[in-house]
Amino acid sequence: MKNTIEERKATVASLLKVYPEKTAKKRARHIIVKETPSCESGDEACKSSCPIKSNVKSIPGVMTARGCAYAGSKGVVWGPVRDCVHLSHGPVGCGYYSWSTRRNLAQGKPGVDNFVPFQFTSDFQERDIVYGGAQKLEQIGREIRQLFPEAKGITIQSECPIGLIGDDIEASARTMTEELKVPVIPVRCEGFRGVSQSLGHHIANDTVRDYVLGKGELAESTPYDVAVIGDYNIGGDAWASVKILEEMGLRVIALWSGDGEIETMKVTHKSKLNLIHCYRSMNYIARHMEEAYGIPWMEYNFFGPTKIEASIRAIAARFDDSIRKKGEAVIEKYRASMDSVIEKYRPRLEGKKVMLYVGGLRPRHIIGAYEDLGMEVIGTGYEFGHADDYQRTMNHVKDGTVIYDDVTQYEMDELVKYLKPDLVGSGIKEKYVFQKMGIPFRQMHSWDYSGPYHGYDGFPIFARDMDMAVNSPTWKLVKAPWEKA
Amino acid sequence: MKTEEWINTEEYRELNFARKALVINPTKACQPLGAFFCASGFENTLPYEHGSQGCTAYFRNNLSRHYREPFPAVSDSMTEDAAVFGGRANMIEGLKNAYSLYKPALIAMCTSCMSEVIGDDLKAFISNAKDEGAIPKDFPVAPAHTPSFVGSHLTGYDLMLQGIITTLGEEHFDASKKTDKVNLIPGFDAHVENIRELRRYLEMMGVDVTVLADNSETFDSPLTGEYHPYLGKTTLAETADCVNAAATVSMQAYATPKTLADFKGKYEQQVAAFNYPLGVGGFDAFLTRVSELTGKPIPAEITSERGKAVDAATDAHPYFHGKRFALFGDPDLMLGLTAFLLEMGGEPVHIVSTNGTKKWKKEMEALLSSSPYGASATVYPGHDLWHMRSLLMTDPVDMIIGNSHGKYAARDAGIPHVRIGFPIVDRVNLHRYATLGYRGAVNLITWIANAFIEEKDRTSDDAHFELLR
Repeated sequence: MKNTIEERKATVASLLKVYPEKTAKKRARHIIVKETPSCESGDEACKSSCPIKSNVKSIPGVMTARGCAYAGSKGVVWGPVRDCVHLSHGPVGCGYYSWSTRRNLAQGKPGVDNFVPFQFTSDFQERDIVYGGAQKLEQIGREIRQLFPEAKGITIQSECPIGLIGDDIEASARTMTEELKVPVIPVRCEGFRGVSQSLGHHIANDTVRDYVLGKGELAESTPYDVAVIGDYNIGGDAWASVKILEEMGLRVIALWSGDGEIETMKVTHKSKLNLIHCYRSMNYIARHMEEAYGIPWMEYNFFGPTKIEASIRAIAARFDDSIRKKGEAVIEKYRASMDSVIEKYRPRLEGKKVMLYVGGLRPRHIIGAYEDLGMEVIGTGYEFGHADDYQRTMNHVKDGTVIYDDVTQYEMDELVKYLKPDLVGSGIKEKYVFQKMGIPFRQMHSWDYSGPYHGYDGFPIFARDMDMAVNSPTWKLVKAPWEKA
Repeated sequence: MKTEEWINTEEYRELNFARKALVINPTKACQPLGAFFCASGFENTLPYEHGSQGCTAYFRNNLSRHYREPFPAVSDSMTEDAAVFGGRANMIEGLKNAYSLYKPALIAMCTSCMSEVIGDDLKAFISNAKDEGAIPKDFPVAPAHTPSFVGSHLTGYDLMLQGIITTLGEEHFDASKKTDKVNLIPGFDAHVENIRELRRYLEMMGVDVTVLADNSETFDSPLTGEYHPYLGKTTLAETADCVNAAATVSMQAYATPKTLADFKGKYEQQVAAFNYPLGVGGFDAFLTRVSELTGKPIPAEITSERGKAVDAATDAHPYFHGKRFALFGDPDLMLGLTAFLLEMGGEPVHIVSTNGTKKWKKEMEALLSSSPYGASATVYPGHDLWHMRSLLMTDPVDMIIGNSHGKYAARDAGIPHVRIGFPIVDRVNLHRYATLGYRGAVNLITWIANAFIEEKDRTSDDAHFELLR
């Protein structure tokens, strides 16, 4: 192992040589090879010296995969809330490109009480840039109210020009809230703020705190009320997760924010325990509820049976015996079917090596699901992780694993060529690069238009999809017979 | 009345059409998408956005979703400090990194809202980057100003193309060195197979063509086990020489006005502009014009291909005749599709284009009035797909044609939806099929006719479920 670690370190160092010196020096701090001892949770000394640099500005011109604060707010946190109209405020592009591309499934009738698969835009023109967009914004509010009477709120998702021209959307929002009699929420998520999507998550969380949380009353409370925070219901993930929690005897009073509703988000402060799936994008609001309302929160992981079972037990431990018993019963109920999934797919996937490069929680959370299938994650990294994400990751990966932060397309290409994984899991921008190289690939933001991958409903689909990617007979066609050596 | 029913009514349609400020589900994207698309057709060219990084992430993922191909491009990741101090430092560092890392022969640089609103001086910064040694003095960087608050993806395509031709070609212009070549501009065409088809026809005619720019390999490349980031087929040498061509033909007039004006004025060429000439008649006009411009006759093998398309049209005409259509998308696509449907005996009814102008509306109306099948049509420039939904619910049609975003309105209206345009993100491989040319006409005829037939099979009761259709 020592040799492997040293060899990998040397390779990482050599692939950075192509950069200009200053860039190489900066990038060297974003790619590491895991070796013990490493950060264990609770080890404060180690935490403060987390060996990988993260959450800093991307370097110009290197082809980062990162997006922007608008993507973090409109695309991730607010966009899936189905009973509100989310206005992409500014020119047409941002809303167009993020229109229905994250697969946040939602109930309700589109245009009546579900506004997720829409692109609402103020379509700024040059005159709006010059004269400001306040009047237009207020007119838009009236039109939304008239055409979509069942919308329970309006969020103003600011695009770059709003902040640059100095429009006071907070003032407009106050006026509009008064006139329209629905909450109008100004979100300062201009794309130039921060260094990635991450600040957009934080800004969106803050607006939930300021404009939504605590504004509603729960008709009836039970000791088993929980909220699911940070599940975006991609391909139905949240529904698969809620199913487990309900079978455990818990009552999910709010979903944040996949298939979410502002009406239930308002009462989240009545939750007895906040369950956080995507820590990165929603830890802020969980921490706030802990401070302001004393609501405890915990992270959980519903990827793959091993992690699901551990999470069920950890969640149940926060409640009484009846929940603990039901939790065990849930585990028992699904074990046979999970075993049969593993029995079917493990022989086809055993020992296969995986490299991940995703966002949010997945670079660490999904490792257990691969391990359930006998697969090994040899490289992983975050688009927009912070030090606390990397600290949490260290406990999930083996020595020798290459860990990369805000990896550039060039670095990822070179790392893949060197580490030769059997499967790469990343995003749409990476997918076809690796497929052209003949390397099996799954999009791990959108589940490649499949899913859910969460919960007991998700694992059989996850297993099937990974098998399909790695073992597709089409890979045998890549070389023409007359070219084969 | 329940909201669910109310949104289908005449009353709602009136309210919906009274909208003055809100845009819902527009059929246009923004400028840099078109600029990136255009840049990707040139040899060893790296698309580069001077502005916030989120924009580039969006352009890349939107192009990759439609074509299911890689799309390498960079930005210089401007953030809050650049909003205060300007983006000069970002551009110098960005050019230096992009040049050393991705080794392009040309950087095609467009802007985003951010760099435009703060007023960055693109040309001065590029020159600064050269002075500071970030890139060699003679390294070409082609600029285009492409904020999202002006025009649409079509304007961005035009400006990037104009920028590249100016950067590479302007100094080579010599009126005494005219060649026999013809420049062909495909425009923002979601179906890149068209470029290969157009080349094939022009080769059959013996026309020496420069395609500006040929991204057919960029968006349809072989899977061989190796990844090649630069697959643009238009060489920089032929681009430099394009200013001396005999003529320039654009397949999309609304995607190329500025570029064509340069060819006509600055470079003293004959120019011809088409509106995505779909169908037999459309392509007849295109070939006839190319023949006039070059003096090359149209060979018998093309006439034979034409005959096969006419045969396909005749076989399929009963499935089109009298059918009512809703169409949406870019202005040229609307003109091309309308001409095609009129020639098949189909009746365009609702035609929506968010980036359509008043001039476009007049042109559409002239086309519609040229045929009795155009009598029931109304043209809606500057409207969107939520307007379209009201139209479909209050004045039903038999089919909607346009990109994937039409699927929600189609579902609510219960009508088949044939996918043509950008983006198509819910069907595979359609970009690999031509829509232009006589073979393209056969494809269109086949998709549309078979969609009607499949709908009939899907909705027939047992008694009417027949073998023959």
